[in-house]
Amino acid sequence: MASLARALDSDLAYKFRRSPVAMVAAFIVAVLIGGAVFAPFITTQNPFDPAQLNLMNGFTEPLTPNQFTGESFILGTDDQGRDVYATILYGMRISLFVGFSAVIFAMVLGVTLGLVSGYVGGRTDTVIMRIADIQLTFPAILVALLIFGIAKGITPPDRRDEVAIWVLILAIGLSEWVQFARVVRGATLVEKGKEYVQAARLIGRSSVAIMVRHILPNTLGPVLVIATISLALAIIAEATLSFLGVGAPPTQPSLGTLIRIGQEFLFSGEWWILFFPAIALLALALSVNLLGDWLRDALNPKLR
Amino acid sequence: MLAFIIRRVLQSVVVLLIVGLVAFSLFRFVGDPIDNLLGQERTIEDIERLRGELGLDQPFPVQYFNFLQGISQGNFGVSYRQGRPVADILVERLPATLELAAISALFAMILGVTLGVYTAIRRDGWLSNAIMTASLIGVSLPTFLIGILLIYVFAVELGWLPSFGRGETVQIGWWSTGLLTASGLKAIILPAITLGLYQMTLIMRLVRSEMLEVLRSDYVKFARARGLPQRSVYFRHALKNTLVPVITITGLQLGSIIAFAIITETVFQWPGVGLLFINSIQFVDIPVMASYLMLISVMFVVINLIVDLLYFAIDPRLSASRGGGH
Repeated sequence: MASLARALDSDLAYKFRRSPVAMVAAFIVAVLIGGAVFAPFITTQNPFDPAQLNLMNGFTEPLTPNQFTGESFILGTDDQGRDVYATILYGMRISLFVGFSAVIFAMVLGVTLGLVSGYVGGRTDTVIMRIADIQLTFPAILVALLIFGIAKGITPPDRRDEVAIWVLILAIGLSEWVQFARVVRGATLVEKGKEYVQAARLIGRSSVAIMVRHILPNTLGPVLVIATISLALAIIAEATLSFLGVGAPPTQPSLGTLIRIGQEFLFSGEWWILFFPAIALLALALSVNLLGDWLRDALNPKLR
Repeated sequence: MLAFIIRRVLQSVVVLLIVGLVAFSLFRFVGDPIDNLLGQERTIEDIERLRGELGLDQPFPVQYFNFLQGISQGNFGVSYRQGRPVADILVERLPATLELAAISALFAMILGVTLGVYTAIRRDGWLSNAIMTASLIGVSLPTFLIGILLIYVFAVELGWLPSFGRGETVQIGWWSTGLLTASGLKAIILPAITLGLYQMTLIMRLVRSEMLEVLRSDYVKFARARGLPQRSVYFRHALKNTLVPVITITGLQLGSIIAFAIITETVFQWPGVGLLFINSIQFVDIPVMASYLMLISVMFVVINLIVDLLYFAIDPRLSASRGGGH
């Protein structure tokens, strides 16, 4: 309780209450994450369980009763009678799961390599940072595509759908570690020379303990900012890969897969199958982006 | 200066060798090439013979060297899926992507500089604010959604422009161009806007902030004090000095334009190398994947190198400071 009270009284919480944009963005993110987590309880069907679908409900327009069954759906249905509202919530689950997992993976990898690179220095530093430089020459989406392609080539064809989600996480995570590594390395180089680190070294703490217990906590501010912005990037990257048909499989569609499916019906006038998933993706990415921007300004000592 | 150039060129060569190693490892370790080339009914002798013919029984460094030699002679292997030499397919597809990238870059450059200058001069005008807000949303929109939106408005609802393909093309030697026919010109508008929009907002914001900086500087104040007309101050004095970073960024972005063409080409079914790459991933066509990787890396490295060297040529301060001038 005490720590909660302290958190609510902190600088950051004060700044949050003063920023309407951040509050609206946080509210939208909270609603979307909540909807995705509790999807089974707030929808009437699981859209990916064929037993619960009625083909007669296909292509129902939003808010109008179906001409055969008389059922009506708030956001309409797609070609197979799936409630678009339910597909969005279930799709968002996949998008958020992939996004969060990829960012955590990139963060763990990037922070570790950045710490080691900055603390150990020398040849280790040169090698790690050279790799980072080379990877940074290429756009993240290209790196992710390539890793996805390689992983797909290695897995046997009959297991590809099963592992697709994990490959996606690996590909996006590996394409985004560089930012973490660079920032943590820079912060480590600064912290390394300070007196508390020298003191810790003097009393004989091991290098690992100094890196993890002493230096790491002092680099977490910028890491948090990068993690938030990376989350928005990861969600868009996942949607892009799935849209290109090399991401989440049709059996486990994410928002990107839904948009890919919806695009096929654009020409025949069933706009809602595409429109609502696109709006959901946009709201999610934009809100997370705004939160990241706000966090960057709020944690930046120069703007105080 | 010379030492700098030599160091940069050497660095580029090292990057290319590493990328080549990745591409080669793809060839060698992802999927068995013997499996892909020989059918179900094969004998041990067949396998041994092919292994010898392809040089797969030689040590790894020798194989890598042979691979590099092949690539430098334009031999990229044979596509598993189409059964044709990858080099032929690339030559056939490359003009489409390069034309798209060039038109997008041109669009991004012209509109980006114009809007950037406008929003800097009319800093607090309502139109400037509207443009800046729109650009913020534009940056957050994923490329493929922009493409779909444009298709919906201009192809489905209004029916003015085609939604897919390149239109009619004209063959000039080995280069097929879509820029000489009416249908080809119409077909390139939507993809070029989709691909160039992000770069356009980037250039616009860069020009705007550089312009605002320069407009505060002493020589602009002095030019105003001399009573020079506004237009001359803005365009002859201010804009000229903002162009160095703009050229650099645009140059560096050229590489990303070619990479992001993958997405645009998929949305519009544009028959370029990006669409080829996506198909090769879907069908695990390793030679095409590896060749695309090599091709795009060479482009990236060469572009970065040229931009670095141009920087030296354009900005005299850089070479002076290296000589110990400042």
